[in-house]
Amino acid sequence: MQFPAWSPEKALEVIALTSHEPGPVLVTLQGIQDHFGYVPDAAVVLIAQACNVSRADVHGVLTFYHDLRTDLPAKTQIHICVAEACQSMGARRVVADAKQEFASNADVEITDAYCLGNCALAPAASINGNLRGRVSAESLAQQVSQL
Amino acid sequence: MISVYVPGDSAATSVGADEVALAIAHEAKFRGLDVQIIRNGSRGALWLEPLVEVVTESGRIAFGPVAPSDVISLYDADFLNGGHHRLSLGRSDEISWLARQDRVTFKRVGIIDPLSISDYESHGGLVGLHLALAMTRDEIVEQVTDSGLRGRGGAGFPAGIKWRTVLNQSGDQKYICCNADEGDSGTFADRMLMEGDPFMLLEGLTIAGIAVGADEGVIYIRSEYPDAIEVMSKAIEIARDYGWLGLNVLGSAHTFNVRIRKGGGSYVCGEETAMLESIEGKRGVVRSKPPLPAIEGLFGKPTVINNVLTLATIPAILAEGANAYKARGVGRSVGTQVFQLGGNIARGGIVELAFGTTLDSLVNGFGGGTYTGKPIRAVQIGGPLGAYLPTSSFDISMDYESLLAAGGMLGHGGVVLFDESVDLAVQAKFAMEFCALESCGKCTPCRLGSTRGAETITKIIDGVDVDGNKRLLLDLCEVMTDGSLCAMGGLTPLPVKSAMLHFPEDFDVRIGAVR
Repeated sequence: MQFPAWSPEKALEVIALTSHEPGPVLVTLQGIQDHFGYVPDAAVVLIAQACNVSRADVHGVLTFYHDLRTDLPAKTQIHICVAEACQSMGARRVVADAKQEFASNADVEITDAYCLGNCALAPAASINGNLRGRVSAESLAQQVSQL
Repeated sequence: MISVYVPGDSAATSVGADEVALAIAHEAKFRGLDVQIIRNGSRGALWLEPLVEVVTESGRIAFGPVAPSDVISLYDADFLNGGHHRLSLGRSDEISWLARQDRVTFKRVGIIDPLSISDYESHGGLVGLHLALAMTRDEIVEQVTDSGLRGRGGAGFPAGIKWRTVLNQSGDQKYICCNADEGDSGTFADRMLMEGDPFMLLEGLTIAGIAVGADEGVIYIRSEYPDAIEVMSKAIEIARDYGWLGLNVLGSAHTFNVRIRKGGGSYVCGEETAMLESIEGKRGVVRSKPPLPAIEGLFGKPTVINNVLTLATIPAILAEGANAYKARGVGRSVGTQVFQLGGNIARGGIVELAFGTTLDSLVNGFGGGTYTGKPIRAVQIGGPLGAYLPTSSFDISMDYESLLAAGGMLGHGGVVLFDESVDLAVQAKFAMEFCALESCGKCTPCRLGSTRGAETITKIIDGVDVDGNKRLLLDLCEVMTDGSLCAMGGLTPLPVKSAMLHFPEDFDVRIGAVR
């Protein structure tokens, strides 16, 4: 996934899409992250002003949710489920193997996920948001190579 | 033209349904055949996905699991006319695994085109809403109360009583919030319903709004379900254009709007008050109760909060009547439960049955035992906060009361199998670690207890003062159970204590054992 470079002008446009809604902070942070791939420090103050809340409020929401991040993501995001249903099918091993498999690939970032809703076809993972079932480190490597 | 169904459900696409659909379309073009591909939801037999169905004169004929490389041989076997192939499963509705179920909430999932209102209506959709529009608010709530429907999110609170409380509140603004933050490992029914029959959920939401006098509904969907978010968003647009959502619902005097809020990857936001905070755009910190959300909920207004399956069952209750629904089930667990079979299981998926079936009928009868073929050692029911049960409890009746009596809980209906390789001390430690990771931090027993719990189990695993640490762990579990604000800290001891009770050997000193 490729994201455009940070631009305060563009950020204000994105913020304006949701800042008028009731309870706007989380949805506005999500909007910024969807557009730029992360939430830079510079966005926090813009969101605070647009939503009429303090920077501390925005920071509080930003740091609560696992999804929100303050650094640029790698090109390929792999989420591997490590919750119980996938554990029963060897998810811990998949994570260890995948980390080894992609150790030298800076374009790939592996993150633990806690249930992707594919528990009958475990172990599950998602690649850039696309759900995969019955995965192994090898199948992930093969699918990433086809991107 | 011949119609071919290839599920677009994300579990089906996770094992190649998109590629299969593409291959079928490509081969049809190559052979000059007129084939229409419909992307339905999944029928729930996930072990047969991708499940391809062809509409023939003798009904829908199924083939599965189909790989893209099977497609040419399917055409060669004349599958478009139901020709025999090694992947033939016969008529879809005669597949025993499906035919043995009692589908109420999931009756249309996998059968219709999810985003076709005409398909929805021709399969009994909107009947409940039309009936509701001809009833008084009291009568609708009465029907729901009479049906005995209990909240499917996990707590099992009677839906009718919740609706009555909100109906009785004065004030011009009320809300319906649908909890689609299905975070429990082992559960996927909400996702499949939203992807496979989104209009049923919208119909349930609309009926709830009309019944209690709320003109706004919010569906809070977890971010891990991007496909469900997409399908629901499209369904809302279609319903709006149809004259269903918005002003004058289906030509009546009622107004009802629905919007979607996406979660932020936080498990605790599945707790209803944390969810309200999250919809309000704040940190997902649990609220103290009282006040109940039915009295002071979203933005401080009276709010009905129901799970996806609860709301999706409402149209069927109105259409078929409360009596038809409550004729199913046992004791106070009336109606059907959408069980979800997952983990190390041979035949996983959705099994909807009346309450009261045995655990054995689910895991062995439907599930066919483990995927690995090794003996079953443990089953976890009800997600990460549910108990681990041994095979000796397989004759237990699957209903709210029986599971509670057995020291477990039904939760959202997830059933996860583990084979003999599972180490229950490691699973208990994970339960504590998960709580530490996901705790909202408001109350001490949950915030600190979970971290101390994980440390204590590590000591037990490492053989450090095992007896002393086991006593300490049980004491800690008691504090968390009694002292936590919500189910996150309050129920985390359930998997821990059940693991210690049923699998004590995993908590004994094992000299030389490497774990």
